[in-house]
Amino acid sequence: MAAGNEVSSTYYIQHHLQNLTFGNHPENGWSLAHSAEEAREMGFWAIHLDTMGWSIAMGLLFIWVFRKAGKMATTGVPGGLQNAVEMVVEFIENLTRATFHGKNPMIAPLALTLFVWILLMNTLKIIPVDYFPVLFAKLGVDYMKIVPTTDPNATLGMALGVFGLIIYYSIKVKGIGGFARELSLTPFNHWALIPFNLVLEIIGLLVKPLGLGLRLFGNMFAGEVIFILIALLPFWAIWLLDVPWAIFHILVVTLQAFIFTTLSVVYLSAAHEHH
Amino acid sequence: MNINMTLIGQTIAFAIFVWFCIKYVWPPISNALHERQKKIADGLDAASRATRDLELAQERAEQTLRESKEQASQILEQANKRSAQMIEEAREQARAEGERLVTSARSEIEQEVNRAKDELRAQVSYLAVMGAERVLDASVDEQAHRKLLDELAAEL
Repeated sequence: MAAGNEVSSTYYIQHHLQNLTFGNHPENGWSLAHSAEEAREMGFWAIHLDTMGWSIAMGLLFIWVFRKAGKMATTGVPGGLQNAVEMVVEFIENLTRATFHGKNPMIAPLALTLFVWILLMNTLKIIPVDYFPVLFAKLGVDYMKIVPTTDPNATLGMALGVFGLIIYYSIKVKGIGGFARELSLTPFNHWALIPFNLVLEIIGLLVKPLGLGLRLFGNMFAGEVIFILIALLPFWAIWLLDVPWAIFHILVVTLQAFIFTTLSVVYLSAAHEHH
Repeated sequence: MNINMTLIGQTIAFAIFVWFCIKYVWPPISNALHERQKKIADGLDAASRATRDLELAQERAEQTLRESKEQASQILEQANKRSAQMIEEAREQARAEGERLVTSARSEIEQEVNRAKDELRAQVSYLAVMGAERVLDASVDEQAHRKLLDELAAEL
């Protein structure tokens, strides 16, 4: 891209990092935001259409492929697709068996969904940063940030889901009393220290989803920024840095999906355990 | 990068995908996997069983072979014995037959000799008569008698 002056570089970066936002603008009412300024003014009552669209598309892709493999699943010699799908399923099954110590048939499918979905969303990052923004600009859409995991809403949204499950299973397994006791009487089992325990445990509890979401977001966002910065270089220098960074990102993409999944399973396992 | 309703939307999408996965995606794949595992385990079991059966069958075949070999050698031995016996019997018979033949030949010869002797005897008497006639015809000459008697003896 034209790296000419500072203003256009800044604009380029900001443009690529801006989501396509639809929301309730104080002046324009329910509308698409035409600038980062407008998007900010919409506050909470706005939705990132690109994040939602691409993440749902990836989710549907996951569901479609795995459902297809599940329908075709035979006990005989597996074909190519079935083999690949079964490899992932077996990997997740082993992961769950190793890290989850309770008995809950929901955990493995949950981990599978998380892993494949995040992996697919992360993988969108390998697509060159200009393709979709330019394509959608031609179609009259101002912004298009295709990697959902570079949007903290998406990562924190999933983390929120996991958090809800942590709370749900904590209460289901230990009962409300048990959960409250765990929050107030650990790590120091003395009535005088209940407030201290509460603060400690609640912070510990809240840090779990926050850490999950922000870790994934941070890694993906930082990678995306680097990709955009590389794209600002003169065209003959782009591939020199872009290719190694993309190859490196194959690792990051998989690793972050794996970490999110594993930590979710670990947290849920902890929610199932009595102290 | 504002926190907004996307957060909620993503949570809902997450919940729906997880639910769908639990309900429709995981069970068939997982079932197929486990069934195949079981099938493979069964197959391996059957294979090891078949190997064992094969070993047993081989052992049995070997035993049968050994037994039949033994039987064959027994039969052979019996046959040999029997043939030796038969040869012996035949030889015995042959000898007896030979002896019988020899005996009968001998007796025949004896008879023949006897008959010859009888004939001779008859002839001797005739010759004696003839000699006597000639003696009586010729002069009694000791030398001539001697000669005559010699001739007579030669004629015997």
